[in-house]
Amino acid sequence: MERLGTLRRNMMRITGAVAVSAVLALGAVACGDSDDGGSGGGNEVTLGFMGDLTGENSGLVIPPKQGAQLAIEQYNATNPKTKIKLKTYDSQGKPEQATSLALGAVKQDKIAGLIGPAFSGESQSVGPILEEAKIPSVSPSATNITLAEKGWKYWHRVVADDAAQSAGVGTFATNSGMKKVFLVSDNQDYGKGLADAIEKAVKAKGAQTQSDAVDDKGTDYSSTVNKINQFKPDLVYFGGYYAVAGRLFKQLREGGYKGKMMSGDGSLASGLIEGTGKENAQGALLSCGCLIDPTGKTNPKAKKFSDDYKAKFGSEVAIYSTEGFDAATAFIEAVKAGKTEPEDINTYLKTIDVQGVGKKIKFAENGELATEDIFIYEVEGDKLPLLGNSNEAKVS
Amino acid sequence: MLDDFINQFWPSTIDGLALGAIYALLALGYTMVYGVLRLINFAHADIFMVGTFAALWTVRTLGVSTVGGVALIGVVALCAVVAGVVAGGSAMVLEVVAYRPLRKRGASRLAALISAIGASIFIQQLFATVVVHRVFGTSKEGGKLPVDEHFKKLTDVVDIGPIQISNDKLIIFLGAVLMMVALDQFVNRTKLGRGIRSTAQDPETAVLMGVNIDRVVSVTFVVGGVMAGVAAALYFLRFEQTNYFVGFLLGIKAFTAAVLGGIGNIRGALAGGFVLGLLEMYGSSLFGSQWRDVVAFTVLILVLMFRPTGILGESLQQARA
Repeated sequence: MERLGTLRRNMMRITGAVAVSAVLALGAVACGDSDDGGSGGGNEVTLGFMGDLTGENSGLVIPPKQGAQLAIEQYNATNPKTKIKLKTYDSQGKPEQATSLALGAVKQDKIAGLIGPAFSGESQSVGPILEEAKIPSVSPSATNITLAEKGWKYWHRVVADDAAQSAGVGTFATNSGMKKVFLVSDNQDYGKGLADAIEKAVKAKGAQTQSDAVDDKGTDYSSTVNKINQFKPDLVYFGGYYAVAGRLFKQLREGGYKGKMMSGDGSLASGLIEGTGKENAQGALLSCGCLIDPTGKTNPKAKKFSDDYKAKFGSEVAIYSTEGFDAATAFIEAVKAGKTEPEDINTYLKTIDVQGVGKKIKFAENGELATEDIFIYEVEGDKLPLLGNSNEAKVS
Repeated sequence: MLDDFINQFWPSTIDGLALGAIYALLALGYTMVYGVLRLINFAHADIFMVGTFAALWTVRTLGVSTVGGVALIGVVALCAVVAGVVAGGSAMVLEVVAYRPLRKRGASRLAALISAIGASIFIQQLFATVVVHRVFGTSKEGGKLPVDEHFKKLTDVVDIGPIQISNDKLIIFLGAVLMMVALDQFVNRTKLGRGIRSTAQDPETAVLMGVNIDRVVSVTFVVGGVMAGVAAALYFLRFEQTNYFVGFLLGIKAFTAAVLGGIGNIRGALAGGFVLGLLEMYGSSLFGSQWRDVVAFTVLILVLMFRPTGILGESLQQARA
C-alpha cells in the first residue's frame, strides 16, 4: 500500500509535468504560426511530395517524384519571382506512416501544397489532415473511387479513377472477345476496389466471371492457380501492385494457364516483368489512367517531356512520371499566377485549365479530372509499350 | 463450393504437401530449440531468409539460366548444401551472440525472447540496408529489392493416374522427406542426438552424466539452421525469388505448424507442417483463398482446445529411441 501511494504521487507529478510541457509546446506552435503569417509568405514556396520511395512498390512512386522534380527544376530555372522548393516524404506506402509525416509537413515544414500521396490507402488517412489544415493536394496516382466521394475540398488528382479504369477494361475485354474473366485481388483498398469494379463492368457486357483473393504478404498462390485452371477463363485480371502480380502471373504460367493475363496501373512497372520472368510475362496486358508515351503518339508535348526526362534521369519515362509532372504543373501555374498561400492555390486549382504533358489539367468540382482516358499497355520484350486508348485497342 | 473442392482435390493435395514440406522443415528448427531451451527462437525465420539469399547467390555464381531434368536436381542439391552451410553457420553465430550470454547469466526466459525479437529485426534490417544492396545490386527502377531472373527452372509434369505433379513440387516433397528422415535418425541413433534428447529431458542430470550443454545447444541450433537452409533452397526452387522479409509470414506459419503438431516434438512438427499445408489448400478451395488462414487457424484452435499439447502431444523429452 505504502509503495502504491508513492507510486501514485509520482505518477501525478509526472502527469502534471507532461501537461504543462504540452501546453507550453502548443503555445510555441501557435506563436510560430502567427509569426510566419506576419512576415507574409516570402519568396519561396514549399511543396511536398509524399509516397512510397523505398518500400516494396517504390517502382511506382519514384517516376512521378522525378516527374515533379523535373517540372519544378524547369520552373526554377526560369528565375521566377517566387521559387518552389520540393520536399519529399517517404511514407513507404503505409497509411499510419503517411499520417505522421503529413502532420509534420503541415506543422513544421508549412507546405503550401502536396503532390500525392501516391497510393489510395495513404490518401484515405492523409485526406482529413490536409482538409483540416486547408492544404491543397494533387495526387498523381491514387485511383480509388471513394476518394472523390468524401466531399474533400482540397483534394485533386490528375489520373482517372478506378471506375473509369474498369469501364475502360470492360470495353477493351469485350472488343477483344473475352467471354470468361477471372478476377483476383490482393484484398487491399486499391486492389479489391479495382477488381470488384471490373467484375461489374465485364458482367454488364455479358461475360462470365469468378473471383478469388491472394495474400499480398504471402508467396504461395497455388490455390488461386488451381481455381483459375478449373474455370479456364479467357482473361485473368489482377487488382493490386506489381510485386504480387509478378508472383501470381509466374505461378499461373508455371501452373499451365494459357489465357491472357492483365492487371492495372499498380502493376505497370518493369518490376512486373522481372517478377513474372521475361518469358512468362510476354503479352501480359495492363490498363492505366496514366499516359506513358515516349514517342509522342498522343500529343507533341509528351515527346519533349520524355526527352527532357531521359536527359535528366538517364531512364525512359515510366509509370506516372507524366502525372507527376502534370501534378507539379498545376501548382506551378498557381504560383505563376501569384498564389502562394494554400487557400489561394486551392481556389486557383478550381479554375485551372491548361494542357499538361499528358492530359488536359482541368478539375471537376470533386477534384477529379474533367476528362478521363484509359490506356492499355502490352508487355513486349522487357518493355511496356502503349497499345492504345481503351476504346480503340484490341488483342486477339 | 463442394464442387470446387472435389475438382481441385488432387492439385490442392499436391500443393498442400509441397507447401507443408517447407513448413515442416522450418518448424523443425522451432521445435528443436524449444525442446532443448524452452525458447521460441523468433529469429529462425530470418535464418531461413539468409538461406534463400545463399541459394540466390549460388545460382548467380553458377551462372545457370535455364535448368531442367537431372541438372535441376543437381543445382537444387548444390543450393541446398550452400544454403544449409550458410544458414547453419548463421544459426550458430546467432546462438553465441544473442542467446548464450543471456543463458550464462541466468537471464529470464522473457529476456531471451526479447533478444530473439531483436535479433530477428537486426538480421532483416542488415539484409535490407546492407547485404542485398552490396551483394545483389538493386532492381531496375531504383527499388532496393532484387527480384531475380537469373534462374529459371524448366517445368516438367509427371502424370500419376489422375494426378499431375510438376517436377519442382516433387523435388520439394522428396527433398524435405529425405531431410526429415535424416534428422530423425540423427536424433534417435547418434551420440549427439542422445545428448540433445537427454538435455531436453533434464538439463541438470544431463550435465551430471557428462553432457556438454553448450555443445548440445550449439548443435541444436546448427541442425535447425541447416534444416531452414534446405527449406530455403527448396523454397527458392519453387518461387525463384526472395526478399528480406520473406521469412516473416513463413516463420509464423512454421511456428504454427510446430504448435499444431506439439511443440518440442520433432515428429509432431512434421505432422503439423503437412497438416497445415493441406488445411490451407483445402480451405482455399472450399471457401476461397482469402479464407485460407482463417480455416487453418480455426482448426489450430480446435485442435488445441481438445489436445492442448498438439496433435502428437508428447515432447522431445519423452521421444523414445
